[in-house]
Amino acid sequence: MTLNKDKLIDIYYNMLRIRRFEETVKKKHGKQIIGPAHLYIGEEAVATGVCSNLLREDLVTSTHRGHGHTLAKGANLRKAFAELYGKETGYCKGRGGSMHLAAFDVGMLGANGVVGGGFNIATGAALTQQILNKKNVVVCFFGDGASNRGTFHEAVNLAALWNLPVIYVCENNGWASTTNSLDSTAVVNIADRARGYGIKGITVDGNDVFAVYNAAQKLIKAARNGDGPAILEAKTYRIEGHFLGDPQKYRTASEVEEWKLNNDPIERFLKAIRATGEVSEPEIENVKRRIEDELEDAVQFAERSIVPTPEDALEDVYAKEAAR
Amino acid sequence: MTKVLKIFSDATLEAMEEEMQRDPSVFVYGEDIIKQGGIWGQFKGLHNKFGDRVRDTPISETALVGAGVGAALAGGRPVVDLHYADFIGITMDEILNQMAKAHYMFGGQGKVPLVLRAPDGVFPHAAAQHSQSLETWFVSIPGIKVVIPSTPENGKGLLKAAIRSNNPVIFFENKKLFSVKGLVRDSEVITPLDKAEIVHKGEALTIVSYGYFLGEVLKAVEIAEKKHSSRIEVIDLRSINPIDEETIIKSVKKTGKLIIAHEAIKIGGVGSEVAAIVAEKAFDYIKKPIIRVGAKFSPLPFSPQLEESVTTSSKDVLAAIEKLLV
Repeated sequence: MTLNKDKLIDIYYNMLRIRRFEETVKKKHGKQIIGPAHLYIGEEAVATGVCSNLLREDLVTSTHRGHGHTLAKGANLRKAFAELYGKETGYCKGRGGSMHLAAFDVGMLGANGVVGGGFNIATGAALTQQILNKKNVVVCFFGDGASNRGTFHEAVNLAALWNLPVIYVCENNGWASTTNSLDSTAVVNIADRARGYGIKGITVDGNDVFAVYNAAQKLIKAARNGDGPAILEAKTYRIEGHFLGDPQKYRTASEVEEWKLNNDPIERFLKAIRATGEVSEPEIENVKRRIEDELEDAVQFAERSIVPTPEDALEDVYAKEAAR
Repeated sequence: MTKVLKIFSDATLEAMEEEMQRDPSVFVYGEDIIKQGGIWGQFKGLHNKFGDRVRDTPISETALVGAGVGAALAGGRPVVDLHYADFIGITMDEILNQMAKAHYMFGGQGKVPLVLRAPDGVFPHAAAQHSQSLETWFVSIPGIKVVIPSTPENGKGLLKAAIRSNNPVIFFENKKLFSVKGLVRDSEVITPLDKAEIVHKGEALTIVSYGYFLGEVLKAVEIAEKKHSSRIEVIDLRSINPIDEETIIKSVKKTGKLIIAHEAIKIGGVGSEVAAIVAEKAFDYIKKPIIRVGAKFSPLPFSPQLEESVTTSSKDVLAAIEKLLV
């Protein structure tokens, strides 16, 4: 652990911000927040460890479980909440909701309701960086289930062939919706598939934010320097069901409890920094307070915001054409 | 205004060159376009002029379209060649759920200036999997534009307009059209993406068509006009998403009779939508039943005798005209 104090506080802030955001979504779900929502609780170290290495201009593509990536990339909490509330002030003006959350102002190119839908988009975004001689890197978050889509193969092959600046980050949480990865995936480590494309593949403990951070740093730096794509696999666990309201008949409560008690990424992080004493208790408390204030403000903003006007429903079907 | 005789393939190559020269964010990729220059030579020499902005790709249609979406969202203006439009099914999720939706579902945060070049239509004797006209699938997908050129000139003009558009455009170009010659303006050609063109004025009857098949329609019209000494109005749709309703309705109100003719299968074709529009908006003006001309409801067979029996041609258009002009 060689991170300075500011970085450590930043990492804690980002992980806890995601956790508290998701807990608030859970609390409001079925009331102010409706529709499918897939929570990121338990996986915060992955988005945080990776995005802490990215610049604002760098780009990410996300999944149906996209709140964590959006926030880790630096999205505005007010606009994120307002979107989940279906309000005009939301990131997508209430057109997207949880599954299609996007924050282009911070380089988050969109959650995706189609599993495996982000591979090609990320690859193409990286192609534009290469063609326009930009130095930005693209990160494609995906799940273990998505790695069985054909889009994975086509996109990674193309990125390897053209040496594109894109890192594919697999959040291997062991469950493809409600099917165990043992019953759906022919390999144990998704990163092993990297060999088939002649690129680097690394597997790390996804609930150890330092492990994720360090591995991501290396790969992102290499991609930025023109060394091409890689696959980073983070082994993690989804504490909540596949979606809010999932009866979770496919797994035991004790399995979930075991991860909650002994492998919570935020608790593990706190334990590690407390052991070294680099960040003081008041500083930790300060982060918590900041987040609670930010959350309260964002929720109020979402609740106060106006709903979209029905007459405007067809707006944005097409982008405005510039004068020729 | 000078006009020069060109084949369709060369006219679209000019469009590519001019737009790539004009805007450095325009690039093109697809299968077999560097050395082969595209199946019909529509990309020949482009790589020599623009280097890395012209790329050969793996046979990965899904990635080509999906990467086009990402490239466009990130600020590029990609043109993707699909080789044959018959393979568009492979890419459907990228078109339907990504390309068409990204602008809307993200509340207008990003735009998708992406052009898909999709050579479609009957490729003689290539049989079922290389001879389809699937444009009707894309009529009811909001968020995309779909254009179908009928001449070298509007091929060039529509392609240039498509590349400059801030929206995803599917450019269906008939395989038989690439070698067709036509006069092309020497000056800048930009054809609007949402306007039909009246290519032949008349009062007795309206025929709506588009693409390569427009040539078959005009053949039939020439014969019929001589025989009946009446004038037939022919509308080239040029765009099927959106459909220029105004031009069609205005013409039908004048003539009271309508034929819609296309190479694609008649059932569920663009003709069905046009007929419905007219039934809804000009019902009181229609004097005779609307006739749709299109291919039979069958995959395209290989044997030339069978092929001819399934496809449609100027003969069918002429027969339809005869029914309405008696």
